[in-house]
Amino acid sequence: MPTVSVKRELLFQALGRSYTDEEFDELCFEFGLELDEITSEKDIISKEKGEEKAKGASDVVLYKIDVPANRYDLLCLEGLVRGLQVFKERINLPRFEKIIPAEGEGQRLIITEQTAQIRPHAVAAVLRNITFTKDRYDSFIDLQEKLHQNICRKRALVAIGTHDLDTITGPFTYTAKAPSEIKFKPLSQSQEYTASQIMDLYRTDSHLRHYLHLIENKPRYPVIYDSNGVVLSMPPIINGEHSKIRLNTRNVFIECTGTDITKAKIVLDTVVTMFSEYCEKPFTVEAVEVVCPNGKTHIYPELAYRTEKVKPEYINKKVGISESPSSLAKLLTRMCLKSHVTGNGNHIEIEIPPTRADIIHACDIVEDAAIAYGYNNIQMVIPKTYTIANQLPLNKFTELLRVDLAAAGFTEALTFALCSQEDIADKLRTDISATKAVRIANPKTAEFQVARTTLLPGLLKTIAANRKMPLPLKLFEISDVVVKDPNTDVGARNYRHLCAIYYNKSPGFEIIHGLLDRVMQVLEVPPNEENGYTIKAAEG
Amino acid sequence: MAPSVAERLLQRLGQPGAPAGLCSLEAAAQLGVDHQTLVGAVKSLQALGEVIEAEARTATRWELSAEGEEVLRDGSPEVRLFRSIPEEGLPQGEAVKLPGGSLGFSKAMANKWVRLDKGAAGGPRVLRAVPSVQDTVQEHLGQVRAGGSLPERERAELKRRKLLLEVTLKSYWIRKGSAFSTAVARPETELTPEMIATGSWRQLPFKPYNFSSLGLPPNCGHLHPLLKVRSELRQIFLEMGFTEMPTENFVESSFWNFDALFQPQQHPARDQHDTFFLLDPAEAPQLPPGYYSKVKKVHSQGGYGSQGYRYEWKVEEARKNLLRTHTTSASARALFQLARQEKFTPVKYFSIDRVFRNESLDATHLAEFHQVEGLVADRGLTLGHLMGILRQFFTKLGISQLRFKPAYNPYTEPSMEVFSYHEGLKKWVEVGNSGVFRPELLLPMGLPENVSVIAWGLSLERPTMIKYGINNIRELVGHRVNLQMVYDSPMCRLDV
Repeated sequence: MPTVSVKRELLFQALGRSYTDEEFDELCFEFGLELDEITSEKDIISKEKGEEKAKGASDVVLYKIDVPANRYDLLCLEGLVRGLQVFKERINLPRFEKIIPAEGEGQRLIITEQTAQIRPHAVAAVLRNITFTKDRYDSFIDLQEKLHQNICRKRALVAIGTHDLDTITGPFTYTAKAPSEIKFKPLSQSQEYTASQIMDLYRTDSHLRHYLHLIENKPRYPVIYDSNGVVLSMPPIINGEHSKIRLNTRNVFIECTGTDITKAKIVLDTVVTMFSEYCEKPFTVEAVEVVCPNGKTHIYPELAYRTEKVKPEYINKKVGISESPSSLAKLLTRMCLKSHVTGNGNHIEIEIPPTRADIIHACDIVEDAAIAYGYNNIQMVIPKTYTIANQLPLNKFTELLRVDLAAAGFTEALTFALCSQEDIADKLRTDISATKAVRIANPKTAEFQVARTTLLPGLLKTIAANRKMPLPLKLFEISDVVVKDPNTDVGARNYRHLCAIYYNKSPGFEIIHGLLDRVMQVLEVPPNEENGYTIKAAEG
Repeated sequence: MAPSVAERLLQRLGQPGAPAGLCSLEAAAQLGVDHQTLVGAVKSLQALGEVIEAEARTATRWELSAEGEEVLRDGSPEVRLFRSIPEEGLPQGEAVKLPGGSLGFSKAMANKWVRLDKGAAGGPRVLRAVPSVQDTVQEHLGQVRAGGSLPERERAELKRRKLLLEVTLKSYWIRKGSAFSTAVARPETELTPEMIATGSWRQLPFKPYNFSSLGLPPNCGHLHPLLKVRSELRQIFLEMGFTEMPTENFVESSFWNFDALFQPQQHPARDQHDTFFLLDPAEAPQLPPGYYSKVKKVHSQGGYGSQGYRYEWKVEEARKNLLRTHTTSASARALFQLARQEKFTPVKYFSIDRVFRNESLDATHLAEFHQVEGLVADRGLTLGHLMGILRQFFTKLGISQLRFKPAYNPYTEPSMEVFSYHEGLKKWVEVGNSGVFRPELLLPMGLPENVSVIAWGLSLERPTMIKYGINNIRELVGHRVNLQMVYDSPMCRLDV
């Protein structure tokens, strides 16, 4: 779940009133947010690096707010405030408008076919006559970072570049070139580097090194030029220093490149709907024409409004309430879904704004109605569903047997299903290839290399960790092991095993033997060769 | 047979004109026995009841240490050194080798009994500084030995030099008890068949039971506390009419773990950082034919009233095997089976089993834990029904104060997190997650359109840690658990 950190004072100022921490926590809870932490920059530095380093840091109170992972429209102060103000019916959701410049006056972004192999999609927009302040600017940068970490999947799906339009000249070209052919001065650097040098430069960068692998081994790297050959950015790694936006930047060119066009459009819509608020004509965005390699042109941002029709009784029945159509429409409008009743009250028409990409089905609309109604105001009802309970036979059997084993004086252990290859093979003098063990591709430590094929290592390790306990130790475990099996749909299956162990200064084979006999006795298996069980010496 | 120490002690107490009380130390001396032996006799007499009264006393006494004994015999090191120095003195190097040694030398120097001539020919020379000395240390030790006392200052000095030791003596002040008798009748501790046969039990005195000590612990086995909670939760589900779902595959395909649940292929949970993927078997050999293409369609194009996620759904991604990250994959399989029935019948299902996360480990996170999951599939279920059944379930768990927070899960909508008020922490804490399964999940399976599925889940470890007051999950699960904790854990009754 993404966490957004906002200055409390700015938040309250924007909300037009102040709250106690408890009141704000309550509001968050109701709306589906979580006030995770109340802190300050000073607190954060002090916790991470010690009090000494925190000296002089700001002690402005910060709210850290957890936002649901699909609500990209709440990832910055601007969006949070808008969402809460609409929820509290203090404002109406603004209508976002796309302004298409006159023929020949707008910006164009031309995509060349070289991008197809690496990062084929690009969308763009312009924010005209914007006014930044330090806080707005920080929020703008922060939103991009939040989007990069979440919907953009660490820039793999989408990467955002923002530029001072007054420093560059369209039309812009999005292409891909060999790393040696790309040369520019990257953001915050004082000299030019080739793309290969840039990769080396950022190999140790705590932030950027995580993105290098996205293009590193490709023959061509994506790059955006202006009409004079100035590099805007080399997505998804870094922008150029030349077009860097500053506090006094008035016109912002925003490009999003990526491998997923749906997500690129959502990201662009999110950035422009959040920050067009600060344009001279608030909530207007200047469109950019994007020309695809096949010659087709698209106008971005999409800023699409979609209309859904839902029957009021559908909402009432799914939530378990009985609100009138108009009251439901009002509830939905409070969730940024502008709604009204149509067709003699038989339908509610809901307008899905470009900020609510998470609404993909009527069930999402139902949820918003329920949130606005207040989850905790819904009457609880016990379902009338009449059913007869059944236990899974294997689990019922396990439950009975473990009680009998405890009654026989053995203590139940609970050990991990994952272990090292050594645990189930070398240490038991077995070859790993003979175990048919399931192997894990990405273990962080040797403790998680394989799924166990026997319960024995876990019990031996339990004894090793309990050597200070009085002897004897008598342990058992009934649990699943996993082996490969090509006849199942996933290629592996579980088996339920019983393992017991007796640990003392004398071997006591007869004690384990006696436990086996007892288990067989409760299972009604007689000790004979014909129709029962026998034990034999094993090799090894 | 010679009278025992206890009998002799009683006789002494019973003598006409004997003093009202006896000190155990004196009594031992008078009876000519070791004090410890006498204390044993006192204890055994006390066990008989009110024969004697013995009041414990402690006294401190000063004794000579082994070194102190040596000084008493041979004199103090400083005196021995002083007396060994000839009239003309001797080099310092030799002086410290004299009886008394370097300790004697430094003490004698401190007392100004000897002096060091640093300018002497052939190096520093030690010379007597006074004509004669008196060995007060030896005298003082002699006084202590004779039972005399010393001024506090002298005693402290000797203690510091480890020549004297302070010994604490435990003794008893012994008096006649209310049932005093000089004859010791040892009461019986066990009732024997002979006593019953001969009837002798009628006359014999019996030793009373000691109810203040613990009894003998039975030789028994124990159930693991987490699995006791698992049994209790199974019981709760069964009481509520829920049928157990099969969960017997830790290995699951991405298809059932994610795709079938309408979790998009770019979802962060499908990252290497969060999920254990498999090297062998790396891919699931089979995906359910027919059904999987419906899943593909709803992801990439939508349908069933949904916009879908509009991305290129890849079958290779769905085939990737993993260790299941939740038992909801098993719920998906169970619902798929339900959808294949000729006629839909309402069901209530539950499961409790292991799940795996490739997470960073800490006091509350392990790479594997148990997930508890319940679901109801029926026509016309509402969010109110979900909350109603959650209330029933959590009340049985002993959690009655609940409230619900809107949340986001990829496969449920609406979704709600369940919070309960924690009396200890004085705040609301999350106890579970729940929601209504999305139509994009149910309809491709072929369930009727008016069937809703409400579901909830929680971990088994968390309520167990709260129940048994365990702060570190490693103390509860895995081989590092302390078996004493397992031995001592009480039975699991969540509703009391």
